[in-house]
Amino acid sequence: MAKVKGAVVVDKEECKGCGLCVVACPYDVLAQNKQVNSRGYHFSFMENPDNCIGCTNCAVVCPDTCITVYRVKL
Amino acid sequence: MDVKDIIKPENLVYEKTKVLTKTTMHYCPGCSHGVAHRLIAEVIDNLDIQDKAIAVAPVGCSVFAYNYIDIDWQEAAHGRAPAVATGIARTNPDKVVMCYQGDGDLASIGTAEIMHACNRGEDIVVIFINNGIYGMTGGQMAPTTLVGQVTSTTPCGRDTALNGYPLKITELIAQLPGTSYVTRQAVHTPAAIRKTRKAITKAYENAMAKKGTAFVEIVSTCNMGWKMPPVEANAWMEENMFPFYPLGDMKNSEKGAVEECYKQN
Amino acid sequence: MGELRLMKGNEVIAEAAIRCGCDGYFGYPITPQSEVMETLMEREPWNETGMVVLQAESEIASINMLYGAAGSGKKVMTSSSSPGISLMAEGISYIAGSELPCVIVNVQRGGPGLGTIQPSQADYFQSVKGGGHGDYKMIVLAPASVQEMNDFVDLGFELAFKYRNPALILTDGAIGQMMEKVELSDYKPRMTDEEIDEKYGSWSTNGKKPNRERNIITSLEMQSDKMEAKNKRFQQKYAKMEVEEVRYEAIECDDADYIFVAFGSSARICQKSVELARAKGIKVGLLRPITLYPFPKKVIGEMAKHVKGFLSVEMSAGQMVEDVQLAVGCSCSDAKVEYFGRMGGIIPSPSEVVEALEQKLIGG
Repeated sequence: MAKVKGAVVVDKEECKGCGLCVVACPYDVLAQNKQVNSRGYHFSFMENPDNCIGCTNCAVVCPDTCITVYRVKL
Repeated sequence: MDVKDIIKPENLVYEKTKVLTKTTMHYCPGCSHGVAHRLIAEVIDNLDIQDKAIAVAPVGCSVFAYNYIDIDWQEAAHGRAPAVATGIARTNPDKVVMCYQGDGDLASIGTAEIMHACNRGEDIVVIFINNGIYGMTGGQMAPTTLVGQVTSTTPCGRDTALNGYPLKITELIAQLPGTSYVTRQAVHTPAAIRKTRKAITKAYENAMAKKGTAFVEIVSTCNMGWKMPPVEANAWMEENMFPFYPLGDMKNSEKGAVEECYKQN
Repeated sequence: MGELRLMKGNEVIAEAAIRCGCDGYFGYPITPQSEVMETLMEREPWNETGMVVLQAESEIASINMLYGAAGSGKKVMTSSSSPGISLMAEGISYIAGSELPCVIVNVQRGGPGLGTIQPSQADYFQSVKGGGHGDYKMIVLAPASVQEMNDFVDLGFELAFKYRNPALILTDGAIGQMMEKVELSDYKPRMTDEEIDEKYGSWSTNGKKPNRERNIITSLEMQSDKMEAKNKRFQQKYAKMEVEEVRYEAIECDDADYIFVAFGSSARICQKSVELARAKGIKVGLLRPITLYPFPKKVIGEMAKHVKGFLSVEMSAGQMVEDVQLAVGCSCSDAKVEYFGRMGGIIPSPSEVVEALEQKLIGG
């Protein structure tokens, strides 16, 4: 198993719900929320936080730079 | 381990660069401009050149690029960004000037300006966003539109008898002796984005080292113009754009090297 | 006394640019003004003052290079002739809309279209009424001698920076090509980047310093109320110019019954016409507008109260005459306003001007 564990913070108001981070995530951590933000977008969130390894792929593909990534070594 | 224990400043591995402003970008969801802007901001941050980087915004969707990257900007007339960049760069040789242009701007109305700026070997960075369409005005045919591609002015697909052929302007620019580095990249996957960041870094380094014009094409999506969701647009781009606009470096040299071969003739 | 030389008008423009501390010239060859860039290239000012000289690929490129360099707070100029100025119209509108200072020289030739390469004044409307799109004005200076070609480069920059507005030197092929004695200006040093930061740091794009917000040069405004406010501010600026910057020369106007109104080359012709007419016993004077925008309408209005008529003498089909009519009309005077001119690159002769005066104003 992975020796690292990660977590991401999505700025839900900045997220435009494009879904690019969802497909960029290698471990199916992210999904689009059924709810919408104040601008009407289905913002991304960590559906399976336990899977996150903090690889930053989601943040790298995010066109709105609304994802911050954290990682710890276990 | 709980998520709350991971989200701590000491564990931070990726955050928004300070060279990007807090303004929310006006681009459509999933637009490649957002990633391209961020990469430029990250490169400026990494190279620590915020005080010497000046950029020129085009006409098109990215006309408001100046709202997002926290450096000095000038907004150029349609297609004229390379001339504006030339004016700034020539009179401010200790600064580094970037011009950011779309395919309608660079490859259509501004063909003369980009060709001659590159041919003079202006020590500038050119970021060329090629999504094969005029985004801002509502998805009309661009010079880069693929054969058969449906746009609002080619509703039955681009017909070569009527509209001519898609223009591979980057291939033309790579032939010009003034260019130092000419490359075509994309921003559709994490790997591609990391490569593009390297390319933009190299472009800035070349311009600062006065090696000649550094030209980075980014094959991009225009979800709204292509009328497909962002993820689908990326797949369409891979399938249709990349065969015609293949990714990779076209030239990696410096203008001096080319000048030698001109002298021999 | 400055250095005296015998020089062509076009050459003097180049020399004056170097001497007034200009940072850059961007141009494109076109007759009858090519000597401006040729002189600069021969002088190699980059070795002397650090001034940049660049031959652009087109007038469109050169005006946009000017926009870029001017935006970074530099003192820059371009020159061209009529068809080239038409190509620059878009860029000039952007420069005016972004409130950038620069000097543009138009060594006019006959038009429309490719026209002729001989001198003309047919770009009057283009120069003073706009030329490009939108509500904007350029400060327009009309030299009538090689000496003024020298003097107006410096004056042009002074006014351009005072108002953050493009200044146009509107001359023609005759003055551009003629040789005359000229007293050259003394050298002024170019401004350093630190001086530019200090003076123009509030708007110039020469690298964002840690102690200031980023500067953005743009003419774009998405909200129409803000755009209207911006336009109103421009109009206030132009109104201030109309109060403070009107320049003209009045020759033998004090006792005159009739006034020639003429600028540039036409004014030189009219000086002789004044002599010829006075020899015939006709009391005539010459009013020579030096600034075409702002136009000396007030002085014309004042004169209209005392004279019988005005003859607008132009190398065009009658453009400035409209401004003379307006100035006279506004003063509620009965003075007649007529036009006489030649076109297509033909310079009127002094005697035909006098004949026109006799026919159109005195006899009529």
